Amino acid sequence: MAQAAAVAKPPAPPRRRRASATPRRLPYLLIAPAALLMLGFIAYPVISVFYYSLQNYNPTKPWRNGFAGLDNFTHAFTNDPQFWDTLTFSAKWVVVEVGLQLLFGLALALIVNQTFVGRSIGRALVFSPWAVSGVLTSAIWVLLYNSQTGVTRYLADMGIGQYGTSWLSDPSTVFSAAVVADLWRGVPFFAILILADLQSVSKDLYEAAEVDGASRFQQFRNITLPHLKDAIVLSTLLRAVWEFNNVDLLYTLTGGGPAGETTTLPLYVANTSVEAHNFGYASALTTVAFVILLFFSIIYLRLSKFGGGDK
Amino acid sequence: MITEIAPARERESAAPQQPRKVRRAWDEVPRWQIYLPLGIYLVFTLIPFYWILLFAFRPAGSTSLVPWPMTLDHFQKVWTERSFGVYFQNSVYVGVATLILTTVVALAGGYALARFEFKVKRAFMLALLCSQFVPGALLLVPLFQIFAKLQMINSLGSVILAETVFQLPLSMILISGFIRNVPQSLEEAAWVDGCNRFSAFRIVVLPLLRPGLIAVGSFAFVHAWNHFLFALMFLSDQSKQTIPVGLNTLMSADSVDLGALAAGGIVAAIPVVIVFAFIQKWLITGFSAGAVKG
Repeated sequence: MAQAAAVAKPPAPPRRRRASATPRRLPYLLIAPAALLMLGFIAYPVISVFYYSLQNYNPTKPWRNGFAGLDNFTHAFTNDPQFWDTLTFSAKWVVVEVGLQLLFGLALALIVNQTFVGRSIGRALVFSPWAVSGVLTSAIWVLLYNSQTGVTRYLADMGIGQYGTSWLSDPSTVFSAAVVADLWRGVPFFAILILADLQSVSKDLYEAAEVDGASRFQQFRNITLPHLKDAIVLSTLLRAVWEFNNVDLLYTLTGGGPAGETTTLPLYVANTSVEAHNFGYASALTTVAFVILLFFSIIYLRLSKFGGGDK
Repeated sequence: MITEIAPARERESAAPQQPRKVRRAWDEVPRWQIYLPLGIYLVFTLIPFYWILLFAFRPAGSTSLVPWPMTLDHFQKVWTERSFGVYFQNSVYVGVATLILTTVVALAGGYALARFEFKVKRAFMLALLCSQFVPGALLLVPLFQIFAKLQMINSLGSVILAETVFQLPLSMILISGFIRNVPQSLEEAAWVDGCNRFSAFRIVVLPLLRPGLIAVGSFAFVHAWNHFLFALMFLSDQSKQTIPVGLNTLMSADSVDLGALAAGGIVAAIPVVIVFAFIQKWLITGFSAGAVKG
């Protein structure tokens, strides 16, 4: 589309070298590679997901393939308890993770924004898990949680807990164990973004507040927090979507188990399509996930009045 | 509130800085309020790192809490027997290619968004914002079908393309912000001096974008290096797989070789550590929208 519009208006060949005259085609040429990539590998797949969600489509059972109407959706909402379980777990996972990450991230950012001896090394260490991948995080926490030589063994040596405890295979502890592992890597995300924004608060404001006798808490409430609002809203939103969608960590750490205890909706979709080859049904579940994501992001943008600006 | 801040900030950066007389509030925070929570958090952050180092360097079967006597057996095993040498090379290809592709495409698009008004601009911006909510994980099946049609299954190109596409929207938004921070008058001055648009961009704008581009580029590299799902799905040959897939294979074995897993994890982390040690300085400045300060 972008190209068509560009071709429609060939620019008059410039007589003199007047660089300030903008060739009309240039912006279209510049966005064309990005636009084409996104059309081919994001827009087209999304549309095909919508299409398949209305089909029975399973390469291993081709005789049943064909138009299914809304059957896939009806099945999900009325006949598939696993769908509701995974949806509930996703919600719980996102709320707990994002809430705790924001809390700790904000606190950490405020701390490392102070002037103190060892600040730069402190920052580097605090931020370091941020770049650790989901799979590597899993590997590290598998080492920590394993029942024979993990931390539980050494805790048991000190008289805390029992030998042979495996937090990842016990349904009563697996959620907390996974939450802690993901927190370890997720907190620095908020800390980095909030710290970056903290650095753009004008120092004059604090000085003025100080002259007026404002306490440190008042300064935080009335200067820092309003300044950070946009950054907090944006990072919370992005992180919530990211936590909802991210499957690396849970896939490798718990595999969604034990007994489906930690299966999020995207993990369930992946299992349905990759293992059960039920592409039609998986597409319907994906469509549901899209609608949820869209719905929440619109509400969120409205509530925070973030959508008001140009960006 | 915010609107009141903005002019104050501009004034501050415009006027020459004067030595401050008022004592700043943050100088008065009691030290223990900084060091105590920071110390506790650092224990939580660092124990997992120590743990993986411990398992990687101590001999198999040891339960000592210090990696001594030290051994490199696990590294040797993982690099050769578990083919991490091959995975490493593949991951480097994927990371570097994604970095270059993402930065170049996002730079072109970001420049258009920052400097031109054109018909589909708003629609394109909206598409960029919306596509951030589209999860790659949920598009695995259609993407697999596309790459199958393009005969790219089992080639690193599929992973590179997929990683680039999902990095693009955010990278482009960030870069267009960085470019907007460079006053257009700088470019116009260069045009007057006889530069064309491209050379003005290269000579005047590009150097000022350096912190931002380094941040965006290293994000692209690290993300592609770390990402797991696309490689798992699109690459079936063992000789084509990447480090995260190799790690997952180690973890999902029937009896996990913890020493090899730890060594593999460290191999996976080394390039990321190097990148971040290198860009630490630019990381915060790059993202504080102050790409042109100083």
